[in-house]
Amino acid sequence: MSTVTQPKSVAAELKDAAAPYVEAFETTAGDSGGDPAWLQARRGAAIARFADAGFPGSRQEEWRLTDLKALARTPFTLAASASEAVSSVDEFVLGSERQWVVTFVNGTYVPALSRLEDLPSSVVVGSLREAIVTHSTLVEPHLAKYALDEYNPLAALNTGFIRDGAFLHVPRDTVLERQVHFLFLSVPTSGTNAPVTHPRNLFILEPGAQASLVESYAGAGTTGRYWTNPVTEAVVGDNATLDAYRFQREHADAYHTGTTYSTQGRDSKFSLIVFTFGADLSRHDIRAVLDGEGADATLDGLSMLRGRQHTDYHTTLEHAQPNCTSWEYFNGVFDDHARGVFNGRIIVRPGAQKTDAKQTNNNLLLSASARADSQPQLEIYADDVKCTHGATLGPIDDEHLFYLQSRGLTKEAARDMLTYGFGSEILNAVKSEQVRQGLDRIIHDWLKQVPPMGA
Amino acid sequence: MLEVKDLRGGIEGKEILKGIDLAVKPGEVHAIMGPNGSGKSTFAQVLAGHPGYDVTGGSVRFEGQDLLEMEADERARAGLFLAFQYPVAIRGVTNAYFLQSAINAQRKHQGLEELDTLEFAELLEGKLEMLGWDDRLIHRAVNDGFSGGEKKRNEITQLAMLEPKLAILDETDSGLDIDAVKAVSGAVNKFRNPERSLILVTHYERILNYVTPDHVHVLAGGKVVMSGDMQLALELEARGYDWITDGAAVA
Repeated sequence: MSTVTQPKSVAAELKDAAAPYVEAFETTAGDSGGDPAWLQARRGAAIARFADAGFPGSRQEEWRLTDLKALARTPFTLAASASEAVSSVDEFVLGSERQWVVTFVNGTYVPALSRLEDLPSSVVVGSLREAIVTHSTLVEPHLAKYALDEYNPLAALNTGFIRDGAFLHVPRDTVLERQVHFLFLSVPTSGTNAPVTHPRNLFILEPGAQASLVESYAGAGTTGRYWTNPVTEAVVGDNATLDAYRFQREHADAYHTGTTYSTQGRDSKFSLIVFTFGADLSRHDIRAVLDGEGADATLDGLSMLRGRQHTDYHTTLEHAQPNCTSWEYFNGVFDDHARGVFNGRIIVRPGAQKTDAKQTNNNLLLSASARADSQPQLEIYADDVKCTHGATLGPIDDEHLFYLQSRGLTKEAARDMLTYGFGSEILNAVKSEQVRQGLDRIIHDWLKQVPPMGA
Repeated sequence: MLEVKDLRGGIEGKEILKGIDLAVKPGEVHAIMGPNGSGKSTFAQVLAGHPGYDVTGGSVRFEGQDLLEMEADERARAGLFLAFQYPVAIRGVTNAYFLQSAINAQRKHQGLEELDTLEFAELLEGKLEMLGWDDRLIHRAVNDGFSGGEKKRNEITQLAMLEPKLAILDETDSGLDIDAVKAVSGAVNKFRNPERSLILVTHYERILNYVTPDHVHVLAGGKVVMSGDMQLALELEARGYDWITDGAAVA
């Protein structure tokens, strides 16, 4: 009698794909010998959760439109240090004003590519790896405390591999005078397996503190397959203000799966504007919790993709306390066969009365083969709230084109101006002058590559 | 300057223009009047090159060129301008950026140096001063959230900046109060000179009290059914359109 091997189901395959990572965790456990016991415990618990869940599959509602099979099938190895491959970060730095720059190459902090001169002594800016050692009492109460990674296996995987990443601590009533730019560069290495990094970032603003920061992910050097799987936790204390920006400009054949969690205290302000231009496949889960009365959250985004690029935003704005406001505005521009997914969830917890939440998602399709999916999800458990959402989808309006052409602009120039205008809705929300300068240049560069229009 | 012969056309297979003839010489002001649905706005849109309208017959020559063979942007760069009845809002694009791009597209076509931001600002400042308007609309997104009057004013600012050879004003006076009509008319009069021509498409004779036309044409059923001078406009004001359109129907 011969035995027949059944082909594995995709679900089983995605679960089994976790095994090499668990193995890698175990064989590199020696690396974490220097970690404090609390961190070892958190990492161990997280990797167990990832082992249990495996890679998420398209049967799961949250992953219905983003297929991780190709990612799960690709063998990745923890990225080796490659700081020598990057000689300058000038091309990645935005605008002309002075910033503090903290650079990571393949997941490891590189002091030589960082600029931290004139940093006030009360503020801690730099590498999480170092902060775990030098400022353990600041890190321990927060690290891996907000990332609800039981719902997000990739965040659990990141927690399992916490090694290094961005750290910012701004003490009570302190205003950070310059913007901090945390730059994560990936260099595809020549090894047999493609490299993966799991940057882990923690931003803590104590009550009354104020800061502006940028998180950038980009490919450096030659192109090639790699995977970036970052997790960011932001803690915005009572009455504090955090103005954050996030650029995803990975190489065109990279994978990027990111997670951002924020928690806000009373009367705090948190603004996060995210930009997606890169990667073959990208996914970003954002969960912003308004956990103090009177808190205000802004979540804006701009994606501009072409070719066969795919991006997926899953955002959750959770109103846990009364009198909070949230504003969400995501615009996507998709050319060629590019595809965008936007899932915007607003949760209003019982008792979170007088919530005022507004969500908008606009998608501009520059080609007939481009696609965008938009899904609002409102879960409201309080009765005195204002929640609105709206979405648009479509090509450039012919009447708009005609109007601009009637003033002498060619059809292509008119289309580019309208596309720029669409992007400007987000650009104009950027408070930071240097981010605006950098973004403006990136949008113009992107438009230069849009092909001529058919008749 | 402009010679329209037996122009026929419409939208989605429906013929709206049924053989229009019109000749405009340099420096002339022509008023095209007519009741709702007479084809006035279609005529304006067809001249400007709206791709949604089909031209099914006739010819239009502008400065010796076959206008109907040209794209909307080519017509604009050749010196034709349409002030829209309902200009669209362009979110995210400021008037300043839009106007500078438009002027430079035209200058490039004419083989002139493009204007930098400073040169553009100076030109604009001069024009606004001439028009007697402030610059509060300039840094706002094009027509976005503008009142009806602001939109019309914005169209006229573009007219003044682009200095076309032929301007078609499509119901620029509609929906404006008398002060706004006077302001817009004043601006239009400043645009006039012996080389520039004007076609005023209007439902009311009111604006013609301020911008005196050389010729008045009545459009009905997609044809010019009567032509005359300012007297005709006054007569229309007094008697309405019925006496003409009824005549056209039986003719």
